[in-house]
Order: sequence, then C-alpha cells, then structure tokens
Amino acid sequence: MVSSLNTIWVYLAGSPLLWLTATLLAYRIAGWLYEKSGHSPLANPVAISVAILVAVLLITGTPYATYFHGAQFVHLLLGPATVALAIPLYQQLEKLKRNWFALLAGALAGGAIASASAMVIAWLLGASHVTVLSLASKSVTSPIAMGISEKIGGLPTLTVVMVMLTGVFGAGVGHYLFRWLKIGDDSTCGFALGIAAHGVGTARAFQLSEQMGAFAGLGMGMCGVLTAVLLPLMLKLFGYL
Amino acid sequence: MLNTLLVLLVFQTIGEGVVYALALPIPGPVIGMLLLFICLIWKNDAADKLAPASSRLLSHMSLLFVPACVGIIVLGHRLADEWFPIVLAVVISTALALVVTALVVHKLKKGD
Repeated sequence: MVSSLNTIWVYLAGSPLLWLTATLLAYRIAGWLYEKSGHSPLANPVAISVAILVAVLLITGTPYATYFHGAQFVHLLLGPATVALAIPLYQQLEKLKRNWFALLAGALAGGAIASASAMVIAWLLGASHVTVLSLASKSVTSPIAMGISEKIGGLPTLTVVMVMLTGVFGAGVGHYLFRWLKIGDDSTCGFALGIAAHGVGTARAFQLSEQMGAFAGLGMGMCGVLTAVLLPLMLKLFGYL
Repeated sequence: MLNTLLVLLVFQTIGEGVVYALALPIPGPVIGMLLLFICLIWKNDAADKLAPASSRLLSHMSLLFVPACVGIIVLGHRLADEWFPIVLAVVISTALALVVTALVVHKLKKGD
C-alpha cells in the first residue's frame, strides 16, 4: 500500500497537473487567510502563497524547474493581464488627461528615488558592485527589470528576487504609509503603488478598487518605461558604468 | 470571455512583434497595453465589451505572480551573503518611493 502510494506520488509529482493544482490551492488558502485577517495588507496573498509553495517544494525535494513546468500555465497569463490593464486605464481617461503633469512628475520623482536610494543604501552598507547594480531596477516590473539589469551589468536573476521583495513589501506597507500621509485618494495611492511596487502593488490595488488598480497599472507602466530609458543614461552620466 | 481573451492575446502578440522588430528594451505586453489603450480611445465602445472579463482576470492578478516568486527558492542562496544590505535597501527605498510619489502627485494634481 505504502509503496503503491509512493508510486502514485512519483507519477503525480512529475506531472504539470499537480503543480498547477498546488499553485491554485496555495492561492486559495492564502485568500482564505487574507479574508480571515480582515483584509490585512500584511497578509499579502502572494507572500503567503509563495511561503506555502516554497515549503512544499523543500519538503518534497521538488526542483523549481519541475514546479514551473506546471505553474507556467498560470505564469503565461501575466502577459494578457498586463495588456488588460489598458481597459481600466481607459475608463479613467478623463482623470488621466486632467492630471498628466502631476502623474509624470510623480513617476519621475518616485522612480528616481527608488533606484537612487536603493543603490546608495546598499553601497553604504558594503554590498558588492554587482548587487548594487542589480538593485537599480528593483521597483520595475520584472520583465523590464531583468532587461535593464542585464544592460547595466547587474545580475538579472538577483534582480528578480529584489523585484519580488520590493513588490511584496510595498504592497504590504503602502496602506499604512498613505494613512500616515493622510492621502486617501484612490488614484494617487494606486499610482504610488504601481510606481514603487510594480505588478504586485497593482494586484494589491485591484483588491481595493478598480480605480486604484487602473492608476497602479499606469504607474507600473510609466515607471518601467522611464527607468528603462533613463537609468542607463543616468548611470553613464554619473560615471558608474 | 473568449473574445476578450482573444483580443488580449492578439495585442500581446503584436506587442511582442513590435518589440522584436524595433529591438526595444520594453516587454511586449507593455507595448500591447499601450496599443490597446490607443485603440480604445479610437473605438470607444469597445471598452464596455472587454470590461467584464478583463476585470475578472485583473481581480486575480496576484495569483499570476506566484510562480515567478516561488523562484526565490533557486536564488535564495545568493541572498545569504548580502541579505542585510539588500533587505535594508529594498525596505527603505520602497517606502521612500511610495511616499515621494504619493506626495508629488497629491501636491500637483487638480482635484478629483
């Protein structure tokens, strides 16, 4: 009995189906915990799902490649979801037209401070050159961040980890910071979440309101494009490249 | 539902094609989003048709990040040596970016 159970496990553990199911199940559990916590921003569904799945993979000794073979079907939907951000954004067109200058200024200031402060802090604390460069694009959505990191001499894989840490942390604390600043406007808060915490911040914003999500998506896109264009130029200007 | 998914995939594919052809440093889906946005302005009744299915997809956007984030399991060991500067840099810079962006937009925007 035990050996036949083992055979079934070995069979399932290698199939994409099991890890696709596990990903959705972990997300459901995380969602349930998020509800139970009274929608606490600290109970971020991404962070909890990842913690559950990492634990399962470590306990079962499953390689990430095997896991991703199944989970890639979920991962693949990130592309269409990014395209879909155009729709809520369009629904905010009037607000966008009225405030384009404020948003552009916010994106430039927020994007610059995100990159510069991360690099300076890591450098002051004695991080290696590669780590400092890998941190530069950490507020940018991961596909853009990896490209930038590669271009400026960072380590794209290390950048992805930093991008994810940034997203989960930003999505978690945003709420508290906005309350402290006494800024309650959905479009402003959403935009800041998108600039500082890219897609994870955007996903968080969509849990709160469509409008917040729309502006977060806009922030994510603007931060990505502006950083991709300006960061390599800035680093060259300051003689860091 | 299926029509919306098809529209999204078509725009993503066009976006990927444009990025490849022009060697842009921007991912295809971001260009796809931009192109769809322009098309919605041009053909403004389309948004209402796409809205129900797309908002359902976006309400579960968190799920879509999970597979990539689990990748931390492979790269975690790189963090071991330099975890302190990395964590401090991420925490402080992210908080600063949130505060600065929110303050700048709040000061400059023209009402609701």
